[in-house]
Amino acid sequence: MKVIKIDKKDWADGLAKLSGGYRLFGPVKDKEFHNFKELDNGELPDFDFSNTKLSAKSMVFPQAEAMFKYSLDENEADHHIMKEAEKDYSPRAAIGIRPCDAAAFLLVKKNFDTPEYKDPYWINAYEASVFVGLACNNPCSTCFCTSAGCGPFHEDGLDVLLADAGDYFLAKVITDKGEKLLQAAGWNTEADAGEDQIETLKKEAEAKITASVNTDGLKDKITTELYDAPFWEDVAFACLNCGTCTYVCPTCWCFDIQDETHGTSGIRMKTWDSCMYPLFTLHGSGHNPRGTKVHRVRQRFMHKLKYYVDKYGDGIQCVGCGRCIRLCPVNIDIRKVCELMNSYEPADAACQVA
Amino acid sequence: MVGYTDKIREISERLLKEGTVDMVIGFRQGSMPMMNEPCFAKRPEDVEKLTWDSNCGINLANYLTDRKEKIGVIAKGCDSRNIVTHIIENKIKRDQLVIIGVPCKGMIDRRKITSMFETEILSVAEEDGKVIVKTGDAEKILEKEEVLQKNCAVCIHRNPVIYDELAADLVEEQKDIDRYADIREIEAMSPEDKWNYFDDLLSACVRCYACRNACPLCYCPTCFVDESQPQWVGKTTDPIDTKTFHFLRAYHCAGRCTDCGACERACPVGINMRTLTKKLEKDCFEYYGWEAGLTLDARPPLDAYKPDDPEDFIK
Ligand code: SF4
Ligand code: SF4
Ligand code: SF4
Ligand code: SF4
Repeated sequence: MKVIKIDKKDWADGLAKLSGGYRLFGPVKDKEFHNFKELDNGELPDFDFSNTKLSAKSMVFPQAEAMFKYSLDENEADHHIMKEAEKDYSPRAAIGIRPCDAAAFLLVKKNFDTPEYKDPYWINAYEASVFVGLACNNPCSTCFCTSAGCGPFHEDGLDVLLADAGDYFLAKVITDKGEKLLQAAGWNTEADAGEDQIETLKKEAEAKITASVNTDGLKDKITTELYDAPFWEDVAFACLNCGTCTYVCPTCWCFDIQDETHGTSGIRMKTWDSCMYPLFTLHGSGHNPRGTKVHRVRQRFMHKLKYYVDKYGDGIQCVGCGRCIRLCPVNIDIRKVCELMNSYEPADAACQVA
Repeated sequence: MVGYTDKIREISERLLKEGTVDMVIGFRQGSMPMMNEPCFAKRPEDVEKLTWDSNCGINLANYLTDRKEKIGVIAKGCDSRNIVTHIIENKIKRDQLVIIGVPCKGMIDRRKITSMFETEILSVAEEDGKVIVKTGDAEKILEKEEVLQKNCAVCIHRNPVIYDELAADLVEEQKDIDRYADIREIEAMSPEDKWNYFDDLLSACVRCYACRNACPLCYCPTCFVDESQPQWVGKTTDPIDTKTFHFLRAYHCAGRCTDCGACERACPVGINMRTLTKKLEKDCFEYYGWEAGLTLDARPPLDAYKPDDPEDFIK
């Protein structure tokens, strides 16, 4: 595959050219931490980060997004009719998305783009996007991507993979979309032995990953036995049900639908939701089948590490970015829970309790 | 603080063995530097996991709400004050509790420490008032006094105000502390500057409500922000809705907040929403001479009618 060498002195120029044809998104520093945002005119993505606080999912799946607009004013001809909200699906490019976040889009796609159900908002935004990934030369201690089907130089889900090689970037072309973007930026010098250079950096980065999870046992566990395992009370005890773990997660896809009316005009929105919230499963009757914290914590881990595994057969619903570990206010650690689930033998537990 | 941990384990083991309590609520060592996880021990052998150090900033009173068991609870100064408030507000009964008081020497501010280093912190240890921080390529020794959580730096109730057992000798309380310097700065601002200050303060909020959920005072079965009939507040990160949440929540904590700092500590995006609760804490102190959670014998000022209230603020 072709590898382009981009001198860092040509970086800003290239991005300026791109901003004519694409809405640019990237990591920017906001007070103390980095977030993934649409770049202001002339703003450069800041690559001095390990990963953004929140994932890049909002580029395609914003925390709140208008789907419809309506008017309740009976003097208007089309009152009480839901009309599509205007959308901008012109081409957009993520500059410096981490490989785990890009891989997460492919995972989430399985939910939003199925033969039966299609979420037009997600699909349109996703298809309008080009993903230029920034490989991780220095993964954090909480990154366990290499055991979650991903990795610091993972290419699936990316159109271009950038690797920082000091004075220059190596840009590996992965798709035609990516090739087109590089051309539009005027970056076209092929690198000498580019693939080899990337391979070396990749090996170095992978060697720095210290965290891992074992997932090999999950698919053979019996769902009801895992569900009834005795460890959930202990796992869930500290949880505040704040949902931070799901908000910051690139693979959490749950949403709610909310109407907001101001005077006689209103919008219908799609907003992030979380299985950590008591309202998530509250029935109209007032009954809540996931009425306690233990139910909710179990749902999060069972969904990611068992139901998903069984339904899609391609691993866990997690790319190993480690955000939920770093940001949980009470240090509930998916690596520990995964280990408990993966190694759970009901017989052992029965002996222990007795 | 090895002494504290040993003593906590010893007391907890005794209480569980005697059957005085069904469970002890405390902290266990976290999986990340400067993080501990609230946990329970139900069997005497489980007490081995209990630990104590300067990373126990989460308020354990929050884990008592409406529990039915007999509970041993580890309580530093602020936790004990929130336990008092919980008892007054009928969220737990005094006779359900064996309070294992921990004379507190302050919690360290993990965000402040993190921001002092260029690279990721891999381990943090404590020794004699020093905090030893290791990153991949460096080691640095910090004075604990200089990296305390903001609320701990101005805390004047480090000793538990109510307890049945003690994990160590009482500590000397901090004296001559200017507790409200930060609040006075905001009070002195023009309305416009205040508005901008709050805009900026809350701009990163993702409405996860970790601050609310970490707070022992926020135990309503359905918070006003979660009500849907009527829906008081919109659900997005609209700045007005976000401010409505924060301002109203602060008012609901007025006269009850102990400035334990659990809210600020829990926030995933590092917002100091404590300035809001602290302003009300200051008002309660200045108008009513009231500090929350010091006694079981009086109700919080906004919760009680007194004909001789000064009411100076109304004139
Ligand atoms: S971030 Fe932690 S405390 Fe918050 S809901 Fe997730 S597991 Fe619970
Ligand atoms: S579950 Fe945690 S580690 Fe996995 S993708 Fe989500 S935030 Fe990252
Ligand atoms: S873990 Fe919870 S919030 Fe995340 S996708 Fe699954 S059900 Fe939804
Ligand atoms: S914890 Fe932080 S982000 Fe979450 S609602 Fe509170 S202030 Fe907002």
